[in-house]
Amino acid sequence: MTAGVDDLITAPASLPPLGLPELDPKWSRLVTVPGLDGEGRTFHVLDNAEPDPDITLLCVHGNPSWSYLWRDLLALPPPDARVIAIDHLDMGYSERTGTTRRLEQRIDDLSALTDQLAIEGPVVTVAHDWGGPISLGWAHRHRDQLIGMVLSNTAVHQPTDDAAPTIIRIARSGPLLDTVAVKTSTFVRGAVEMSRRRPAAEVRDAYLAPYASAERRAAVGDFVADIPLEPDHPSASGLDDVAAGLEDLADVPALLLWGSSDPVFSDRYLHDLEQRLPRAETHRFAGARHYVPEEVHLAEAVSAWIGQLKDEPQVTAEEIERVPLWEYLERRAGDDDLAVVEMAEGASSRQITFAELAADVDRVASGLHESGVRPGDRVALLVPPGVDLSVSLYACWKMGAVAVFVDAGLGVRGIGSALRSAAPDYLIGIPRALVAARVMDWPGKRIAVEAPSNAGRKVQGIWTSLDELRQLGEGQPTPPQPGRDDLAVVVFTSGATGPAKGVRYRHRQAQAQRDVLMRLYDIQATDRLVAAFAPFALYGPAMGISSVVPDMELTSPGTLDAPALAEAAKAIDATLVFASPAALANVSATADSLSSLQRIALGRVRLLMSAGAPVPPALLERASRLMPDAEAHTPYGMTEVLPVADISLGEIFEAGDGNGVCVGHPVHGVETLIDPLDGQGRPIGEPGTDADVTGEVLIKAAHVKDGYDRLWLTQHRSAQPPGYHRSGDVGRLDDTGRLWIEGRMAHVIATENGPLTPVGIEHAVQSVDGVALAAAVGVGPEGAQQLVVVVATSPAPRRPRLADLALADRVRASVGAPVAAVLEVPALPVDKRHNSKIDRLRVAEWAAGVLAGGRLGPL
Amino acid sequence: MKVLVTGGTSLLGGAVARRLSERGDETTVFQRRPSGLGVHEEFGDITDASAVARAMDGADAVVHLAARVGVVGSWADFELTNVEGTATVLSAARQAGVSRLVFVSSPSVAHAGESLVGAGAGPADPEGTSGHYARSKAMAERLALGESDDGLNVVAIRPHLVWGPGDTQLIGRIIDRARSGRLATIGSGAALIDTTYIDNAADALVAALDRADRLGGRALVISNGEPRPIGELVARIVTAAGLDETSLRVPVSVARFGGRMAERWWELRDRTDDPPMTEFLAEQLSTAHWFDQRETRRALDWSPAVSLDEGFARLRRWFEDQPS
Repeated sequence: MTAGVDDLITAPASLPPLGLPELDPKWSRLVTVPGLDGEGRTFHVLDNAEPDPDITLLCVHGNPSWSYLWRDLLALPPPDARVIAIDHLDMGYSERTGTTRRLEQRIDDLSALTDQLAIEGPVVTVAHDWGGPISLGWAHRHRDQLIGMVLSNTAVHQPTDDAAPTIIRIARSGPLLDTVAVKTSTFVRGAVEMSRRRPAAEVRDAYLAPYASAERRAAVGDFVADIPLEPDHPSASGLDDVAAGLEDLADVPALLLWGSSDPVFSDRYLHDLEQRLPRAETHRFAGARHYVPEEVHLAEAVSAWIGQLKDEPQVTAEEIERVPLWEYLERRAGDDDLAVVEMAEGASSRQITFAELAADVDRVASGLHESGVRPGDRVALLVPPGVDLSVSLYACWKMGAVAVFVDAGLGVRGIGSALRSAAPDYLIGIPRALVAARVMDWPGKRIAVEAPSNAGRKVQGIWTSLDELRQLGEGQPTPPQPGRDDLAVVVFTSGATGPAKGVRYRHRQAQAQRDVLMRLYDIQATDRLVAAFAPFALYGPAMGISSVVPDMELTSPGTLDAPALAEAAKAIDATLVFASPAALANVSATADSLSSLQRIALGRVRLLMSAGAPVPPALLERASRLMPDAEAHTPYGMTEVLPVADISLGEIFEAGDGNGVCVGHPVHGVETLIDPLDGQGRPIGEPGTDADVTGEVLIKAAHVKDGYDRLWLTQHRSAQPPGYHRSGDVGRLDDTGRLWIEGRMAHVIATENGPLTPVGIEHAVQSVDGVALAAAVGVGPEGAQQLVVVVATSPAPRRPRLADLALADRVRASVGAPVAAVLEVPALPVDKRHNSKIDRLRVAEWAAGVLAGGRLGPL
Repeated sequence: MKVLVTGGTSLLGGAVARRLSERGDETTVFQRRPSGLGVHEEFGDITDASAVARAMDGADAVVHLAARVGVVGSWADFELTNVEGTATVLSAARQAGVSRLVFVSSPSVAHAGESLVGAGAGPADPEGTSGHYARSKAMAERLALGESDDGLNVVAIRPHLVWGPGDTQLIGRIIDRARSGRLATIGSGAALIDTTYIDNAADALVAALDRADRLGGRALVISNGEPRPIGELVARIVTAAGLDETSLRVPVSVARFGGRMAERWWELRDRTDDPPMTEFLAEQLSTAHWFDQRETRRALDWSPAVSLDEGFARLRRWFEDQPS
């Protein structure tokens, strides 16, 4: 029954040949375990032989592979760590025993080897693929030594309700196994190439080196045959024992480093491990495939995690007790004032009172609980702001489910990749979203906001609906409520580059955000909000104030016109308006079509807030002319923490021009530090509060994110020093403590005279006659970059060109730093969403090509 | 200090000799014709060992500029002047007990054709160069730096595109062509090019001479550290001469082809002047050539005293003072 049994041969262990890439021959040694199998067996191991280690990393490879997989960790081990990477018997350069070794035997083998190696002191196991169960079996037997476990694309359990990984199933199917895995090197070769970045040819050859002949590959087939896909498989009980053993390891810290696009170990195995190991931290590498250690810089992640393990910084959460997110809504449970209003075509299309909302939230919360939704389960909300979203969100919060928000602006692909990362258990959506979820196979049992027809039910693959949940929940006791440290929400917003990151908030952090906003803008129960900015459409009920969503496409803020804004204000007699700058630009542009009644409604607004992108003061001033009694404010912040600072229009004019944009004083409870830049434009790691020092802006507040979701390493890097959020923005504090933002860290221009920041330069150039918009970028190597200014001029040139001497002179005269070149273009690339953020990286890349002597083509 | 400057009739040779003499160094220039510099002169060919030895007699230091430049001539011509000549200077220096020698080289000794964006000073590589001039200078630089030891410290300084009032090479040619309506910008004119204003280049050579004991065996590129698009540089030069900034545009491929043809034509006709365009020049003018100056400035403790803007202002005044 064992594949390749006829071919089993014996051969002594040997050292790897010299010259394999990135493999230091001095790491290799042979270790004989005298009593093993009665006659003694010899292993090949890699060992950095750290003389006096305070921790040992025991690295266990999978199939088909060998210890070569871990060379990155041996080359760059964590400080004072001994790194041992073993070759299993019959694998790599270990002895060919002529026996078939099953899972339990391999756990015995590993234990015998570590006894022989006399590993003392704390151990962290590190394993990939089928090395995972072996390492966990070892871990269970060595609980007293074990202080952590690192696992990468592996599994301890084959769910019976699911097809096994197709590749493994095919490979395991009878005669094929022999052909694919043993007689030919197809399996070994194919597995190595199972990475997104195909390794260099020499590296691929190094993986194949110990498996050159069918005889040497015999165990590769045995290993595959030993995967217990059926309950009656000889190794099934062994794997079950390992899985059961994890219960005893549940309190051990673990790091899961996961390739998201592994055709063998898909995300469901990640989620299974996360369930079993509650202390696990996850970093899911978007797009990485099976050979994660080959695709990512494993040593950095492992070292950072072990550093934290050894010296876990205690970041104490703020002790202030805050009221729950639904408290202010509940306080108005007897109130017939409008809580949420949706506008469409100039009239209120749907509305709900506080009393109705509070009751409905309770019903749906109970219904969710009754239908099996558990605290901590994730519920994606693909519902536009309005009544249904408010009901769904507060119902989730109240019964302890975690709301997952994905910015609709990400598009279908972006939404899909965000949802696959967040892995919601449920998905509440409008019909359009449910159809997409069905077609694109997005995760989560589908819940409809509208009771669907039977036909619609089928098309959308619906599990249940809000109405059914209401019925289920009617009269049921209130489910238990979450605590302040429980997770409240995961938010995905459109990032400038790469896939969107999920940002996690706990209840206390969301509560803190609500409280800081209420305090900052002195929000009282008598306030009523026009929420033309998606994130804030949600917080009306949390603040206990009426809110209205104007008639507009929220994903495209420029669709808000002045009459729509005024009608929304009129519907609830609004005192507050929150809109993005793109929305305000269109409102100002369409102000002429306002009726006198509409103007009166806007005249009652006391506070105008704008955020989401840099807000030009002139725009804010124009918009506030429509609301003469309103004080105009712009908060500064980001998805990870909002607000950080705030400034009024008056204060903006008072601050005047300077290098960058003055965003005001940090708000109450927010501490900002500046980490100064070195000559390469990188932060030096000594944050402080000295005035007029430019550097990365670091933020500490009770409402800073809890972390990035399933991106442990990204979170670790962003939270340095612990407790702070590294914003990626570059700026400075002035001598009155106001914060100025000078650009993004990625856009700093590192010249030989020190780093330059783009925003101040661009503002100066935009004051030059004929310049409509400017981008300041760097070309050349970091630390010796040259400043280049690219201007969109009016009238626009037909195609990009070198500025003439007169324009170049005017631009240079406006900038206080040497400018190597001035290029003129018809238009600069800006983000579609806000129509204002210049894509400086694209401009820089274009300018670099042109100034190197390339074609002066279109930008 | 007693200093010998070889190649005193060149723009840079004259400038460095004046600088040294002004600050009180006992300066001798060596070349074939009188330089009119008003310092002590010795005459002869750089490959004439006895003439060189005579000029070097009693010198403490040497600035070796004498070289064959341009693109016309056989490899033998370039090898003789640039490689043999340097060997002659080195051995004479050794004999005369000279302790420091600055070898004036060129950034082209380490590069050929590719675009240079914030480049450093790589090792001279005769195999990787393009054209007789760069190849012979690369060989000479290797020879010179290889000779450096505690007794004789040799430093190679590679100035990039030296220009200034009175320059007949770069400035003179551009103005000639602009006056006759033949001035063309190759490609988009946006390639960033480093240049060196003459006074700055002279200062850097003096700084290298003064620090030769610490810099023996090293090569440093010098420039103003203010690269500009080639189109802008040409326009600034042309307007400094009071001419109109507009010029013809020639595609890079056309310029390269034209350059190759011109070189052949000149070779066939045995002409001794430089052709209006060469393939090397077309490459030089259509790809970026600028350098990371941080290491140079640290090593020489020098920085350009005259900015490009000031340089162009001086050039304009110089043109205005020329009899028309």
